[in-house]
Amino acid sequence: MTVFIIRRLMQSILVVFVMSFLVFGGVNLVGDPVEMMVSDEADQEERERVIRSMGLDKPWYAQYGIFVANALQGDLGKSFVYGEQALGIIVQRMPATFELALAALLMAIVIGIPLGVFAGLKPEARTSKVIMTGSILGFSLPTFWVGLMFIMVFAVVLGWLPSTGRGETVQLMGIDVSFLTFDGLSHLLLPAVNLALFKISLVIRLARAGTREIVHQDYIKFARAKGLSQERVILVHLMKNIMIPVVTVLGLEFGGLIAFSVVTETVFAWPGMGKLIIDSIQSLDRPVIVAYLMIIVLVFVVINLVVDVLYSILDPRVRLQDVKG
Amino acid sequence: MNTVAEQVEPLATPEAIEAKVETPFQRFVSSFLASKVATAALVVLAVLIFMAIFAPLISPTNPYDLAQVSVLDSKLPPGAKSFDGMTFWLGTDGAGRDLVSAMIYGLRISLGVGVMSGIVAMAIGAAIGLIAAFYGGRVENVIMRIVDIQLSFPAILVALILLAILGKGVDKIIIALIIVQWAYYARTVRGSALVERNKEYIEAATCLAIGHRRILFRHLLPNCLPPLIVVGTIQTAHAISLEATLSFLGVGLPVSEPSLGLLISNGFDYMLSGKYWISFFPGVALLVTIVSINLVGDQLRDVLNPRLER
Amino acid sequence: MSAADGGAPTLSVRNLETHFFTRDGVAKAVDGVSFYIGKGEIMGLVGESGSGKSVTGFSVIGLVDPPGEVVGGEVLFNGENLLAAGEERMRQLRGNRVAMIFQDPMMTLNPVLRVDTQMIETVLAHDKSVSKDEARQRARDALGQVGIPSPDERLKAYPHQFSGGMRQRVAIAIALLNKPDLIIADEPTTALDVTIQGQILYEAQKLCRETGTALIWITHDLAVVAGLADRICVMYAGRVVEQGKLDDVLDHPVHPYTVGLLGSVPGHNTRGQRLFQIPGMTPSLLKLPRGCSFQERCPRADAACGADPEITQPVPDRNVRCFHPHLEEAAE
Repeated sequence: MTVFIIRRLMQSILVVFVMSFLVFGGVNLVGDPVEMMVSDEADQEERERVIRSMGLDKPWYAQYGIFVANALQGDLGKSFVYGEQALGIIVQRMPATFELALAALLMAIVIGIPLGVFAGLKPEARTSKVIMTGSILGFSLPTFWVGLMFIMVFAVVLGWLPSTGRGETVQLMGIDVSFLTFDGLSHLLLPAVNLALFKISLVIRLARAGTREIVHQDYIKFARAKGLSQERVILVHLMKNIMIPVVTVLGLEFGGLIAFSVVTETVFAWPGMGKLIIDSIQSLDRPVIVAYLMIIVLVFVVINLVVDVLYSILDPRVRLQDVKG
Repeated sequence: MNTVAEQVEPLATPEAIEAKVETPFQRFVSSFLASKVATAALVVLAVLIFMAIFAPLISPTNPYDLAQVSVLDSKLPPGAKSFDGMTFWLGTDGAGRDLVSAMIYGLRISLGVGVMSGIVAMAIGAAIGLIAAFYGGRVENVIMRIVDIQLSFPAILVALILLAILGKGVDKIIIALIIVQWAYYARTVRGSALVERNKEYIEAATCLAIGHRRILFRHLLPNCLPPLIVVGTIQTAHAISLEATLSFLGVGLPVSEPSLGLLISNGFDYMLSGKYWISFFPGVALLVTIVSINLVGDQLRDVLNPRLER
Repeated sequence: MSAADGGAPTLSVRNLETHFFTRDGVAKAVDGVSFYIGKGEIMGLVGESGSGKSVTGFSVIGLVDPPGEVVGGEVLFNGENLLAAGEERMRQLRGNRVAMIFQDPMMTLNPVLRVDTQMIETVLAHDKSVSKDEARQRARDALGQVGIPSPDERLKAYPHQFSGGMRQRVAIAIALLNKPDLIIADEPTTALDVTIQGQILYEAQKLCRETGTALIWITHDLAVVAGLADRICVMYAGRVVEQGKLDDVLDHPVHPYTVGLLGSVPGHNTRGQRLFQIPGMTPSLLKLPRGCSFQERCPRADAACGADPEITQPVPDRNVRCFHPHLEEAAE
């Protein structure tokens, strides 16, 4: 197990390095940062001074070296727009995004799994057909448009829920969270449902496919032949088996939620990392873009690692193979 | 003793004889049309494509001809009449353009971008996937590794990064969508080609020293076509949705090329003040497009390859 | 129907009918099957695949999956008609009074649950008053009973850590947990090596003798039945064509199908001779001929076979469905 984790850790570090190189290379092709730093009236001397101070006169590999060295100390440069450390700005915005993504993930599990299992157990029932049609819609509808419709219906027409912002927040272990106040919760609801829709559809499909496959396995029939109650057969024998693919996929999809929160945050003016990156792309705020991308890569790598470990804990067959391997 | 058994056997059923008359293509068509929903979706899609292609002929006005657009008509609700007597069935947008016309032109751009990027990505992805499956070994490992890594990141993120680097523009977004999509095609084609490659007739063809190119294109590729068509349909819907999302976020198409996504984005500001139609109708158009493509794709999958069902 | 040994039979099945309602028509997988089995008795239910022998087993414990459905007959278990029992009553009986063992031991145990979980839950499902420790103790004893060494350690293992034979022993141990009156074993040794099969047959026979459990052993393998059962039921296309005492039937088969079946088993004294084969193949249940379903493959078939053969007793203690039984040989 330890060997397995160490090996995965090494792979992850490699991926982070490769990605940092790609991000650095890619982003440095964007625009000319000197243009943003000096005024139009600046003379040639002034421009060269700025270029030197930003290290842009050095060859690319030296620039990359400096970038990595600084990055390892948590310095990803100052935002052109805010004048602060880019990393600091991102970290400040992170809790909002994570809160949103976690809320969506929770909804996907709590809503998606029961619906999917039901549709798998009774594929011919009318309710199941409704569920599956719903999940096709959930896949097809563009997130941003659904968000707009939510705002139109629940905020503009009905006036039930607020449409923008995070609402009142309270500190929980030094982090601002919305879900502990009523106002915050009402602000969280629409964006979280919006972000969750796609994942709910995904979980429904996974749970249904898993159920349909597993319900015909001999061990389910054997469990019934043992005289177990229907509840125990479904909640223990069936669920434990379908949870393996669901947890794996959902874990990997958490990164997707964070990436997709870009859309939801823009629609609902949710003050998270996603809104920040869109603003930064439009204002060509290079350090913030780089910092965001590096954080995202890091998040993805960590998620992959956690999912792998979780997977091996859930499935005894994998667990034991790795002990041997 | 055997005679008893023989009497039972030659009972060719009438169905078996009828089935022989049907060509594979006819069978494909008839089983596709068996689903009413899919048939309806196909009809809707055909109408949409027709409208997109012939937009200049169908559209009531040319929304980008400044002579035909008046700011005086801006933000009129559906059914209102312009000062020179024309009816705006779905209202007008912030600049006074007829929304019906803007949507038809927007559809043209959305479909164009989606289909164009889909075709190019399919060609590139299929070629790479075929190469991976055919040559195997290290070539395959490297290619599939890249595919895996790319697919582990959400499409929207990859597209966002690319557009941050490339900037706005129709060409830019098509490039971004191609880069986002090729990996799906590569994976699909490699999957089906691998199954096919391991069959004995390919081995036989190799033994007969038939050229690589001939084996690739005459034997492997045709067998990859059904899944490729299915993935292509569904990916095109994704591409259209992604383009709309990116345009909505303001990092996709420039204002001069308003796709459906951009129209929705433009109307977003007016939505909070109750002028819903500017965003709503382009959204419905987008939705109908995406859903009908997906329904057609789902049915194609069922008809062409039930194994793909997940 | 004559009860072989005194007292009411543990299980008595009468005119059982289980149909599968498929898209292509109704398949009568079990079509008027009757048999009985007494306390401590072992009955071999023999037939080719598709003859309805497994479906018969599942019909008895009420686990026929759709599109299958029990449509008629009686299943009297200790005098209680199971076909009239509700789902909750059936649940109480399953795994408790009637246990089942399945064909493929690699598939019967849940791969993600430990063996002890899967055993303890079987005890607790039927007796809430048992503590978890007592249940574990019973699981341990059951494993010991079927010859699994160091049961304490094995309880903590997952199914994939066992070999096929060991897994089948675990499945048998689970069946034994609540000391059932009847065990239905659906080809439990088919997937195993011959040596393992021998061991399991030996254990099964011993357990029935010791505990008085009745056992229905479903198989296509006549050799297995020959070494195990007291009585034998031969099924063909959803019907029992012949049943009787094991030795009687094996020595003097009466139904042409049984004769053919026995003739096609290679034995040490048939060496060098041509093996007999039944011509043709098992008919599809959807396209059975009118009357006797074996007539198309039967050397004795004639016009009379177009009618449904009734159950007759051409020799004592033997039920046969045939118009032209092999009585000459039986009389010898």
